Amino acid sequence: MAKFAKLSFKKDELNKELSGFFKGMLENGAVNAVLAPMAQAKKGVRLSLVTSAAHTAQVDPFAPVAAVSGAKIASSLTARPSGRKVAMVLRPCEIRAVVELVKLKQVNLDDVLLIGMDCLGRYENTDFAKFQEQGGTSESFLENAQAGKTGMGDFDLIGACKICEFPAAENVDMRLCAIGSGSDSVFIEAVTSKGEEALEKSGLKTGESPAGRDDAVKKLVATRTEARDKKFTEYRAETNTFEALSDKLSACINCYNCRVACPVCYCKECVFVTDTFRHNGDQFMMWADKDGILKMPNDTLFYHLTRITHMSLFCVGCGQCTSACPNDIDLMPLFRTSADKTQARFNYQAGRSVDEEQPMAGFKSDELVEVTGQVK
Amino acid sequence: MSEFEPKIVAFFCNWCTFTAADLAGTSRLSYPPNLKIIRVMCSGMVDPKFVLKAFLNGADGVLIGGCWPGDCHYINGNMKARRRVALVTELLKQFGIGEERFWLRWIAASEGNMLKEVADEMTAKLKQLGPSPLQNKGQMVV
Repeated sequence: MAKFAKLSFKKDELNKELSGFFKGMLENGAVNAVLAPMAQAKKGVRLSLVTSAAHTAQVDPFAPVAAVSGAKIASSLTARPSGRKVAMVLRPCEIRAVVELVKLKQVNLDDVLLIGMDCLGRYENTDFAKFQEQGGTSESFLENAQAGKTGMGDFDLIGACKICEFPAAENVDMRLCAIGSGSDSVFIEAVTSKGEEALEKSGLKTGESPAGRDDAVKKLVATRTEARDKKFTEYRAETNTFEALSDKLSACINCYNCRVACPVCYCKECVFVTDTFRHNGDQFMMWADKDGILKMPNDTLFYHLTRITHMSLFCVGCGQCTSACPNDIDLMPLFRTSADKTQARFNYQAGRSVDEEQPMAGFKSDELVEVTGQVK
Repeated sequence: MSEFEPKIVAFFCNWCTFTAADLAGTSRLSYPPNLKIIRVMCSGMVDPKFVLKAFLNGADGVLIGGCWPGDCHYINGNMKARRRVALVTELLKQFGIGEERFWLRWIAASEGNMLKEVADEMTAKLKQLGPSPLQNKGQMVV
């Protein structure tokens, strides 16, 4: 049975109450460090690694921004483990990417207390700066977003979040529950025994559960799923030929920012920066000769398609690719629509379970007979 | 106007399908010259990039030939190829290259006549389908 601790807060004191929880965990030795979104000295909120209880005051987990995917940070911290216990406060998309990285042995959860926050979405970095300038806070965001008011002035949530059907985190030790928990409280839920132990050590009293949460989450998932299906239909109609797809990507400058930002682009060294793609001049001339013209840098569509073959099975739809593009190409729907098809083919869902084998990591002798259509 | 001749890039495994092509030759079987055969050590080493690049450069079809399940010289390379082909098929389909242009077939070393049959069948199918939608797209961002 899940255990909940209720954190009631007065106006503008949500983060103060939350910092008390993290402070308690650090001081009582539940963990040695906390990785969580923290307010920066002047402006902005970034994931920070806190080892001193004094700094927990800056914690701001519900800030609607994620400058980089926390899954990549989790990989940096644990691929070669420190041996120290760390609580990681991450978004559901980041946690689903973590699940995939665990299977790729690029994240090690042995010393990690995984805390998933309820996520109503995020703004682009530049929009988050405007949000703060206009006086927006995590509290105001939680309240407005739950009332369906996510936009402010000339900006709104990123496209990925508007069609994300995973507002609540799974495969975690604890959850920070904000959806359907009322405007003056959030709940901390212990999901696993590891989580229960940590909640106990934090010093918070367990008690009532958030009555309206399940329904509120369900409702949000339904709205988002509907938006997702609509977006998929639209995007597929716009990209049903290679020519249409290449038009969508025409502004691409082969900077590869999308794969740097992608939490599940798992290669240690991308093939597109290796000697495989460092061609001699006469090779380019030969390609140009074929049609009399060659766009440079070349291999743009080839790069994106290759990336799909590599990461679409693990795509969690976080939208970091779109955020990273310096030329405002909306890449998220390309990878999400592709991922939808490829994951369905293998009855796989990125981030669903650590125990599910990644499709390209195995095979069965009696499967996929329809591929060749031959029976001996 | 002369009849459309499809270009088919054929990746044949060294141990089975390429040997079958050899057998078809020594048996004096004739099959269409539309197949451009590339000998690979195993169907399991056909990287999705090879297939994508072939289509992006205007191939009308791609055929991968491997050993029958259980016969792979490297034990299970062909099984890995099958999953990979399923993956790439899903991708290509979305952008207008259907599975009728991208084939994986098991052809054993002794099956020279089957190689001829598959080559005939694929060539006929592609003639009927017409050129790849990616032909002559010099201005495209490839």
